[in-house]
Amino acid sequence: MNSSADRMRRALIWAWTAAVIVFMYLPALGLVLASSTSSRYFIFPITKWGFDWWQKTFASLEIHQLFRTSLLIAACVTVIAVVIALFGALAFARYDWKGRSIYQKIVLLPIFFPQSVLGLALLLWFNALGFTMSWQTAVFAHLVWIIPVCTLVISIQVYSFDPALEEAAFDLGATKWQVFREVTLPVLFPGIFSGALFAFLLSWGNFPLSLYTTGADTTLPEYLYAKMIAGYTPGVPVLGTVSTLGAAVLLLLGYFIIVVLRRRRSAGSDEAA
Amino acid sequence: MSVLAQIFRPGMRHALPILVFLLGGFAAPLLAVIAFSFVPSRTFSLWSDWSFDNYVEIFNSSSYITFVWSLGLAAATVAILAVICYPVAFGLTRVFGRYATLITLLFTLPLFVSENVRLYGWILIFIKNGVLLGTLKSLFGWEPESIVFTHGLTLMGMVYVYLPFMLFPTTLGVSMVPQQTRDAAFDLGASRWQVFREIDLPLAMPGIVIGFLLTFVLAVGAIAEAKVLGGQQIIPITHDIEIAFTYAQNWPLGAALSVLLMLVVGTLVLIVLRRFDLDAILGRR
Repeated sequence: MNSSADRMRRALIWAWTAAVIVFMYLPALGLVLASSTSSRYFIFPITKWGFDWWQKTFASLEIHQLFRTSLLIAACVTVIAVVIALFGALAFARYDWKGRSIYQKIVLLPIFFPQSVLGLALLLWFNALGFTMSWQTAVFAHLVWIIPVCTLVISIQVYSFDPALEEAAFDLGATKWQVFREVTLPVLFPGIFSGALFAFLLSWGNFPLSLYTTGADTTLPEYLYAKMIAGYTPGVPVLGTVSTLGAAVLLLLGYFIIVVLRRRRSAGSDEAA
Repeated sequence: MSVLAQIFRPGMRHALPILVFLLGGFAAPLLAVIAFSFVPSRTFSLWSDWSFDNYVEIFNSSSYITFVWSLGLAAATVAILAVICYPVAFGLTRVFGRYATLITLLFTLPLFVSENVRLYGWILIFIKNGVLLGTLKSLFGWEPESIVFTHGLTLMGMVYVYLPFMLFPTTLGVSMVPQQTRDAAFDLGASRWQVFREIDLPLAMPGIVIGFLLTFVLAVGAIAEAKVLGGQQIIPITHDIEIAFTYAQNWPLGAALSVLLMLVVGTLVLIVLRRFDLDAILGRR
C-alpha cells in the first residue's frame, strides 16, 4: 500500500469528521452568543455584552417550577427505567430461551416509531382510560420510549458478561440474592450506570412525548417551544445554553466515573492474579 | 402446568416486566388509535357506530400532499446522512484510535438537548442580523437574503437532528467488518474501490440498513424541523395529525391519519427487522 496516499486518506477522514462536528455544534454557538448580550433583541455582532438575561431568567419563579417538574419526571423515569431495563437486558442478552429473538424485536419496536405519533396515541389512550394528564402520565409516556433504549444500552454490557461467574458463586454456596448483589450487579454496573445516564438525559430533553402528555404541568423543553413560537425572548437562548452545558457536564462526569471504575476493576484483577 | 413452567424459566421471567409494560404502554395505545379511527368524526367516545368514513374523508382530501412531503423529506434525509456518516463511522472504527470514545461522546451529547432548542440555535445563526449574516454585513458590507424559513433549511434541520441515529448503527456495522478480511483482499491485489464495494459495504450492511430504517422512521415523524426552521413552508403529515387532534378537535380523523402513517412505518420495520440477527449486530458473538 502506498503510505503517503494512506496518510492523505486518514487526513481527509479527520477533516471530514471535524467538519461534521462543527456542523453539530454551530447551533450551540448561536445559543451561547445570543444568551450573552444585554440588549432585548439579538443583533450580531454584539455591541453590549453581558449576562443580564441570565440573572433575570434565574430570578424567575416560573423557571424554578419548570426545572422542578423536569427534574421530577427525569428522576422517576430513571429509577423505573433502570430496574425494568436491567431485567429486560438479562432476558435480551444473558439467557437463551425460546422466543428470545421475537422478544428482542418487540423491545425495539417503540424505538422504531415516530415519537410525536406515540405521544398522541398515549394521549388518546389515557383519555379513554379516564386519566387526567399530569407529570405522572408524562413519566409513563417517557418510559414507553426510554425503557427500550435503556434495555439496549445495558444489553451491550450483558453480552460481555460471563455466566460462569454466577455459576461459580452458586457452587460456592451463595444464595440467589447474594449472587445477584455480589456478582451480577457489580459486573454489570458500568452498563447500568450508562443506562441510567441515558434515561435521565433523554427524559430531560424530551419534547414530542411531553407535549401531549403533561397536561397542566410544563417541562422545560415545552416552555422553550412555546416561547420560541411566540416571538423572540432572550430567556430562550439562556435556557438553551444551560441545558446544553448541563448535559455536557453530566455526560463528561458520567464518562469519567465509568473510566475510573474500569481502571479500578482492572487494577483489582491484576492484584488477584 | 407447562405454561407455568414456561413463565418461570429465567429468560421469560426476566422479560415479563418489560413485556407487560409494553403491552399497556405501547400495544394498547396503538390499538386505541386504530379503534378511534373508525368512530364518527368529532366524537370522543369509542362506543358509537363504526365506519370507514374517516378514511374516505382522507382519500378525498389533499392529505396525500403532506404524506408525499413527509416521505420525500425522510428519504432525502436518509440519502444525505448515508453519505455524511459513512466516512465518520469508518474513522471511528479504523482511524481515530484512542480518540474514538471522545468523538463518540461529542456526537452523543446533542441527543440530550431538546431538538427544538438546537433547531432554534440554527435560527440564531441564519436569521437576518444573526451570527452569519451579521458577520457578513459588518465585515464585507454584504447583505444576502436570509435562508430562514425555506425548504432547504428544513431538510438541513432534519439532517442535523437525525445524524446520530444514522451514525451509531453505521459505526456498529463498520466495526463488524474484520480487518483480516480487508488485509487479505489487499494482499490479493484488490484495489481500494474493490475492497469498499465487495468487502466493506456488504459486511457492514446490517448496521447501515438499521441506520437507514431508524433515520427514515424518525424522520417521517418529524414535526419540529418544519415548524421551527421551515416557517410552515412545508406541512408534514405529523402536522396534519397534530392539527386534527388539537385545533380541529377531530380525534377520529387524526387517528385515521396516524393509522395510515403507522401502516407505512410498521411495514418497513417488520420487513427489515425480521431479517436481522440482533445478537450478531449488538453482541458480536
